[in-house]
Amino acid sequence: MAIALALAVQLAQLALVLLLAPLLTGYVRKLKAHLVGRQGPPLLQPYRELLRLLRKDVVLAESASWLFRAAPYLIFATTWVAAALVPTFAAGLVFSYAADVIAIVALLGAARFMLALAGLDVGTSFGGIGASREMMIASLAEPAMLMVVFTLSLLAGSTQLSSIAAALQAPEVGLRVSLALALVALIMVALAENARIPVDNPATHLELTMVHEAMILEYSGRHLALIEAASYLKLVLYVSLIACVFFPWGIAGPGQGAAAYLAGTGVYIAKLGVAGFALAVFETAIAKMRVFRVSDFLGAALMLGLLAALLLFVTQAT
Amino acid sequence: MALQALLGCVALLLAAAAAGIGLAQRRAATPAIYGVALATSVAALSLALGALLAPPRLAATLALPIGLPWLGAHFRLDALSAFFLVVANLGGAAASLYGLGYGRHEEAPARVLPFFPAFLAAMNLVLVADDAFTFLFSWEFMSLASWALVMAHHRRSGNAAAGYLYLLMASFGTLALILAFGLLAGWSGAYDFAAIRNTSPSMLMGAAVLVLALAGAGSKAGVVPLHVWLPLAHPAAPSHVSALMSGVMTKVAVYGFVRIVFDLVGAPYWWWGALVALAGGITAVMGVLHALMEHDLKRLLAYHTVENIGIIFIGLGLALAFTANEMPAAAALALTAALFHVFNHSVFKSLLFFGAGAVLTATGERDMERLGGLIHRMPQTAFLFLVGSAAISALPPFNGFVSEWLTFQAILLSPALPQWLLKFLVPAIGALLALSAALAAACFVKAFGITFLGRPRSAVAREARETDRWSLAAMCTLAALCLVAGVLPAWFIDALAPVAQALTGSHLPERHGLDWLTIVPIAQSRSSYNGLLLFLLIALAAGLAAAAIHRFASSRLRRAPAWDCGFPDPSPATQYTAGSFSQPIRRVFGTVVFRAREEVHMPAPGALDSASLHVRLRDLLWDALYVPTARVVAFAADRLNAVQFLTIRAYLTLVFGALVALLMVLAVWQ
Repeated sequence: MAIALALAVQLAQLALVLLLAPLLTGYVRKLKAHLVGRQGPPLLQPYRELLRLLRKDVVLAESASWLFRAAPYLIFATTWVAAALVPTFAAGLVFSYAADVIAIVALLGAARFMLALAGLDVGTSFGGIGASREMMIASLAEPAMLMVVFTLSLLAGSTQLSSIAAALQAPEVGLRVSLALALVALIMVALAENARIPVDNPATHLELTMVHEAMILEYSGRHLALIEAASYLKLVLYVSLIACVFFPWGIAGPGQGAAAYLAGTGVYIAKLGVAGFALAVFETAIAKMRVFRVSDFLGAALMLGLLAALLLFVTQAT
Repeated sequence: MALQALLGCVALLLAAAAAGIGLAQRRAATPAIYGVALATSVAALSLALGALLAPPRLAATLALPIGLPWLGAHFRLDALSAFFLVVANLGGAAASLYGLGYGRHEEAPARVLPFFPAFLAAMNLVLVADDAFTFLFSWEFMSLASWALVMAHHRRSGNAAAGYLYLLMASFGTLALILAFGLLAGWSGAYDFAAIRNTSPSMLMGAAVLVLALAGAGSKAGVVPLHVWLPLAHPAAPSHVSALMSGVMTKVAVYGFVRIVFDLVGAPYWWWGALVALAGGITAVMGVLHALMEHDLKRLLAYHTVENIGIIFIGLGLALAFTANEMPAAAALALTAALFHVFNHSVFKSLLFFGAGAVLTATGERDMERLGGLIHRMPQTAFLFLVGSAAISALPPFNGFVSEWLTFQAILLSPALPQWLLKFLVPAIGALLALSAALAAACFVKAFGITFLGRPRSAVAREARETDRWSLAAMCTLAALCLVAGVLPAWFIDALAPVAQALTGSHLPERHGLDWLTIVPIAQSRSSYNGLLLFLLIALAAGLAAAAIHRFASSRLRRAPAWDCGFPDPSPATQYTAGSFSQPIRRVFGTVVFRAREEVHMPAPGALDSASLHVRLRDLLWDALYVPTARVVAFAADRLNAVQFLTIRAYLTLVFGALVALLMVLAVWQ
């Protein structure tokens, strides 16, 4: 019985991230439109887009292979699983021991690997440009991310997200320079990984500035829907990740009952709202940078992460 | 008993090698020799597995009256040997199976058939040798057999130079090892390992042995800066031999290092770990950066071997540091990570070289810029190469991820180390490891994407044909192993427990109860990973998405020309190439590491000649280390040349003088 209940909570989390993901994207778009004085698309527009794409035929390029058709399903599945393994409203879910935060980073890496290959599959110049730049960005963002992971797991003595969240809630952790550096680094990585301004522009179709959009240029119909859903999920994943390790308040503990879960869900949605607002303000206030400035941006993230980890390595005596 | 049977396998391989000399010209020789090699390797593999999984209480030993008269030849089969025998014979069996198909296209079978079984035999001998003479003899035999295989196609441009460089570096490595064993044996000259184990060298002596072992075994394994021969020699050999050299021989070198440093030399000092781990970190990043700049598919794979050897040495270095500080649990974790990576790399690197060999057979091309679109013509090879690429890029749920994950876990235990240098060094090495993992993924997107995806860039790529079923069978076996070792890593890690126990005095915790497939390096609350569950979840999610979409949404599909923002160009030259793919990374890292410079020549306005772009890369290490060394050697040889043209009186004087000098030294010494 207990197992069934735990499984139900885990499945609820799977469903929750999938249902909330388009809403977060729609909310950010709406806010950004408001901030520049436009009315913007309705809040539920991403859901409509997904449904419309799902109903449409797929137009497949003649030179596309089986990999091009299989990739969207794998990208969607890995991103979804990764997003569902990050604690959102409750920690210590039944599958959480299967993958720690390093494994979650690697799962996102697997999704990116497939996406970059899909970009190269049709054999167009834009697909190649996107894949090549994406891998350059990833080659700096992933180590930066892992350095942040190092910092957090050194503080918490664990790489399990649930344990990290619990450990960082304890009062003795307090405010630390390492944590601040790690937070800044993680936000920079999150911006790059989600193709947000200043690294990439999610709204652009201007050829030479595209990264993410260039890779998926050849996709249409249900394939495009899956890839869009995966990118919405990725945004939710990063927001959940930042929320659960740096703002771990209000997450329900393992087996605390329905009331705690409901409260946790409420707090979680509030956190998504705050993060979406911050993202919209930040994106409106800043300009996109040139592709080759991205390496400086992410190099700074990597250095901040390394510095944070180093400080902890040096100060920890245990 | 297993040891005798193993030596019987070695004898059988040597007999096959001898038969290969006489029979090589016959058509039936190729299947016969690869068949014998396959059967023998499988037999040796099962023997080694038996010795690893059901270890006898005492390691089996055997002394034969061959070799040096006062020493004899000693052999021993303990857990460490058994594990590396599993790796070597698994690779050997797969390469033999692959050779059954691939060997039929061989243009000079007489140059391959005798040496292939001899190479396998030599690697097995190194792994069971129990005295310095047998070890060094087998080691040198292994070097020479593989050198002969590198020189199989010696008329092809570059191969002779590669063979020459390999021979030089192999001699250097053996020299270092001879000196190391000389120091270990001490004044008494006790060359069998049992005697060496019983003496403990002084600190200075131990340090010298470590450095010599790192140079000797490291030059064979490909540790930077001694890696220069590897990316030239490994690709020059026939592809199944490349797989053996990259997948297995480098592991035999790792075995040599582990045997000397963990087993023979005695208790380590903490700074040994720092040195080895730092060498590993630099090796990993340099290897992958070189690989990214490479357009030759097999050479790219060879540079990745350098990278993975770096990852293995990071694990070994951490294990040394933990052992020196008496943290056996952490040392066991680091060592298990390194050894598991040894196994994993041997599997996926063999698989990838087999794939590159299949491409080479189908197209005659190793240059990625002239390939492309092979996924349509060679779908099975493409799929299997994709599995290998994902595994080497450390993507879950494949095996490469598990061993890198374990290495990261070991790094996270290092704040407990008391030394300040290690406190600063280890996080930096962690960053290097993370960087190399991310760059490896970029590199294999390039390797797979440019070779197999897109549109064919040449006529040979357009007309490629799927490879034969023997090759596919070998690749299928290895790809399945990549998945099994990634999804059920617990089985493999359990098998490594006796090795870790023997070398560090501890092993990873036993798993219990329901979670028997989860791997737990230290404690459940600290970290755990369950590949099977992750794999099932992904499969479930993908299946759910596919089922829902095909049930409720559109499942129609039509083919049309590529969209490409409205400007599709039918010429395959408009695709991204390997060079353009790595251009952003070259700009970010290469300008420092390789002094990369781009020169663009634009025609004058109105002129009709084509523009061109030249990229210049410099290998700074080669320029700074090898070129001056070669210059010094050439200078010395020039000076000494005069000695070759003396009169007989002068020679007699020289001989007499040398004799007197030696006697004087002896007299002073006594």
